Amino acid sequence: MKTMFKRTRVLKDCPTHYCPGCGHGIAHRLIAEVIEELDIQDRTIGIAPVGCAVLAYNYLDVDMIEVAHGRAPAVATGMKRCNPDKIVFSYQGDGDLAAIGTAEIIHAAHRAEQFTVVFINNAVFGMTGGQMAPTTLLGQVTTTTPGGRQADGQGYPLQISELLAILPGAIYVERCALSSVPRIRQTKAALKHAFELQMNEVPGLSLVEILSPCPTYWRMSPADAMKWIDEHMSKAFPIGRLKG
Amino acid sequence: MGERILMCGNEALAEAAIQAGCDAYFGYPITPQNEVSAYMARRMAEEGRVFIQSESELAAINMVFGAAATGKRAMTSSSSPGISLMQEGISYLAGAELPSIIVNVMRGGPGLGNISPAQGDYFQATRGGGHGDYKTIVLGPSSVQELADCMPLAFDLADQYRIPAMILTDGILGQMMEPLVLEPKPRRELPPKDWALTGAKDRKQNIVRSLWLGDGVLEEHNKKLQAKYKEICTREVLCEQYRMEDAEIVTVAYGIAARIVRAAVDRAREDGVRVGLIRPITLWPFPIEQVAAAAGKCRAILTVEMSAGQMLEDVKLAVNGKVPVLFYGRMGGGVPTADEILARIKELMV
Repeated sequence: MKTMFKRTRVLKDCPTHYCPGCGHGIAHRLIAEVIEELDIQDRTIGIAPVGCAVLAYNYLDVDMIEVAHGRAPAVATGMKRCNPDKIVFSYQGDGDLAAIGTAEIIHAAHRAEQFTVVFINNAVFGMTGGQMAPTTLLGQVTTTTPGGRQADGQGYPLQISELLAILPGAIYVERCALSSVPRIRQTKAALKHAFELQMNEVPGLSLVEILSPCPTYWRMSPADAMKWIDEHMSKAFPIGRLKG
Repeated sequence: MGERILMCGNEALAEAAIQAGCDAYFGYPITPQNEVSAYMARRMAEEGRVFIQSESELAAINMVFGAAATGKRAMTSSSSPGISLMQEGISYLAGAELPSIIVNVMRGGPGLGNISPAQGDYFQATRGGGHGDYKTIVLGPSSVQELADCMPLAFDLADQYRIPAMILTDGILGQMMEPLVLEPKPRRELPPKDWALTGAKDRKQNIVRSLWLGDGVLEEHNKKLQAKYKEICTREVLCEQYRMEDAEIVTVAYGIAARIVRAAVDRAREDGVRVGLIRPITLWPFPIEQVAAAAGKCRAILTVEMSAGQMLEDVKLAVNGKVPVLFYGRMGGGVPTADEILARIKELMV
């Protein structure tokens, strides 16, 4: 019998702690498949953030570290500079990367650090219970924007990928989404390209932003969450290649 | 015997770190430690090792975290306000048990304070400093030679116990030039870094973490850390006892303050006053037994610091009420003179 599909060996055979309809599981699997396909499992080091994905090392079967909130790009810098032969990636949410870790991600790009960033944007702080993130949409209700986010006082959704793309040290920046099968396939292609740039020792930071559903704190069904990405989120965060 | 050379403390510690096998240095500019990074920028490049001027102290300590997690010998240096910023990262280093070296060339505080030498960071160095129950090894050298000698020792201690180690020095020692000899020291036998993140080749996945969820798991992790700290307290205390043989008055001081106290002790001895000096070299673990033993034999203890009295608390804990413990200190960059200390010693003899 011919095997048409099987779980990649880079993803451990265990249930995840993620909520039903969460995007992290899909993103993890895409990264794991890319690592297997590029045959880099034995030389990859992953960095888990503070956020819902803090336990990513329970699912991804590569050497991993869990770091302070927002500091993953600094940790990745220390790792990669000391070990240029290793493939280093950070996995960060929008609170981690676009709020508390803004300085670290900008300066990692600024220094043209040669690692890969997987940036999960779900427009909300998930692990702490659904507070406003820098990426929260205008009008979006969160626990800290009970009346919906207002530009006056709470600011606009932060387009951090656009900010990073203008830096010469960022060589590849692409925004993808997990809202449909074609978009998921495109996300995987982007991740693969980012890892390949690092494997080919192209100097500079590669970053893939992934618009990812959080049905729990968007307070909608998983199916509606996918629709919300296409109908609302992708308006504030246009999908496509920003650089490279 | 190696060649006698003249160096300032900041450069001496940097060269000693390189000779001790430091693979990577990360730092952010702050006075009075800038000679460390300038020296490292040049020498690490010559050695083909890693030097990065980071965007902040937060980034610097987390770069150390990343480098150390891959098994490399990594260090940073800063001064008081910068160390405050690093405390989050130091707590993570302690929790994840990553060997690492932090040099604090202390200046006056609180706040931006000034750039004069001070010893006001004893608490944030010896009490852990960040969140949670942890300790870092703290070495308090009192000469440029000893500062250099502390570097290979600190790297070895950090590797042996999987713990961050701090060199607690100050703006005088950092800036002061003294003759010294840099010689390779015999290294300790160190355990293999089989926990390091090197890529899971022909072995299972390694995970470096400080998060321990689940009922009781974090308490077990803390018990393991505390057992390690206890072992360090038993095995690694270093302290110098100077003219202590018949001392009626015992002074306790560390770092540059101890140099000044030493001069005061010599002068008091010339005047026939029986006074000695206990100089802790490891500030954590603190030489509790040595201070306690002295308290059993002397009339009074005088602690001298360039602070409002921080090590004083450790001295009092060690003395445990057996004899009076007095204090003389200068703050905010003030440096005590031998005359001032001598006057305090003589007051105690009355």
